[in-house]
Amino acid sequence: MATIRVDIVSAEGEIHSGEATMVFAPAKMGEVGIAPRHAPLLTALNPGEVRVQTAEGKEESFYITGGMLEVQPHLVTVLADTALRGDQLDEAAALAAKQAAEEALKGVSSETDLKRAQAELAEAEARFRAAQKLKGKR
Amino acid sequence: MAGEKEIRAKIVSVKNMQKITGAMEKVAASKIRKAQAQMEASRPYAERIRRVIGHLAHANPDYKHPYLTERDVKRVGFIVISTDRGLCGGLNINLFKQVIREISKWQEESVEVDMVLVGAKAIAFFRRIGGNVLGTASHLGDKPSVNDLLGSIKVMLDAYAEGTIDRLFLVHNEFISALSQKPVVSTLLPVSAIDLGDEPLQEHWDYIYEPDAGELLDDVLMRYIESQVYRGAVENFSCEMAAKMVAMKSATDNAGEIIDKLQLKYNRARQAAITQEISEIVGGAAAVSG
Repeated sequence: MATIRVDIVSAEGEIHSGEATMVFAPAKMGEVGIAPRHAPLLTALNPGEVRVQTAEGKEESFYITGGMLEVQPHLVTVLADTALRGDQLDEAAALAAKQAAEEALKGVSSETDLKRAQAELAEAEARFRAAQKLKGKR
Repeated sequence: MAGEKEIRAKIVSVKNMQKITGAMEKVAASKIRKAQAQMEASRPYAERIRRVIGHLAHANPDYKHPYLTERDVKRVGFIVISTDRGLCGGLNINLFKQVIREISKWQEESVEVDMVLVGAKAIAFFRRIGGNVLGTASHLGDKPSVNDLLGSIKVMLDAYAEGTIDRLFLVHNEFISALSQKPVVSTLLPVSAIDLGDEPLQEHWDYIYEPDAGELLDDVLMRYIESQVYRGAVENFSCEMAAKMVAMKSATDNAGEIIDKLQLKYNRARQAAITQEISEIVGGAAAVSG
């Protein structure tokens, strides 16, 4: 039986890679099913489930929050997003970044370098003590 | 000469410090490995997306996306990635020096500079020296996620789309080895020279686009830039841990040296006290018997 290679990757890591007989993905204009030797296709994906029928006849499914789908005759690539996207969400994120900048540059930062360093020292100390305890138990 | 007791107290406190720096060194060493794995994990995505962009650009050479076209530079943007925490040697300050050099270079050509800062250290630094900051992101933690960076990237992409900035650069530390990190400045926009890699396009074919090519190229390019920035953040984190490991190792070594010196001082003080006591006894005895 003909198979097609499927790679599902996200910016933070590879999610799936293998041969499949059929792939289903939630494309922007409706769910698509891709069989081997599908015509080249590029489409955006909605949040949803990507189902992969593997060469062994098993079905695996992956939930994605959106992304892109690229199809070449022998290769399907799903570029999965790692975050929920959407115009409004993106806009909100941009706004948050701007606000953070304004606040940070006002000069009233509660976290001085000294406090950070102290916190870090305390953490290191705690880790060290924990390690010592573990050592003692062994 | 300082008393025995004070010297002993000092030795104890230096020893405690040494324990802490030693622990921090080990923590950093173990985090490097994880950070490098994360860096490795981001590679397939970047490669695939670059290939898709390559195909797209080749498939429709007539379509010129603003991200792909050069224009006259009147204002530039910098995304500066620094660390959130200190105690990592000269890592951040070297990076900031590089940024300042770049900025003054542009300003000489009377080009204005906008910045987006990632990491608490960059925010603190540029608060002190000033600069036009459009957005910030900090406290990314041990595992930077794309999600935390989206907002600040979008600020810059919007500025570029509106024509406020004409070029966008990414500044972060490059991980060369555990002992060596180097600040690098790379161009994010315009995406001019995307290499198609070594595989040439054998045939000329085009995709079926859903919904349409322009919109898709927009999405793909945006994700490409996000993945670049994400990679920069992860790489910078590896650098932070490597620099921290080295800094903490030399702190631990220094503490060892100080302890040795203090120990010597302590022994001398102790010996001096004993000698004095004996000579007092001997002197006393001589006076009595004499």
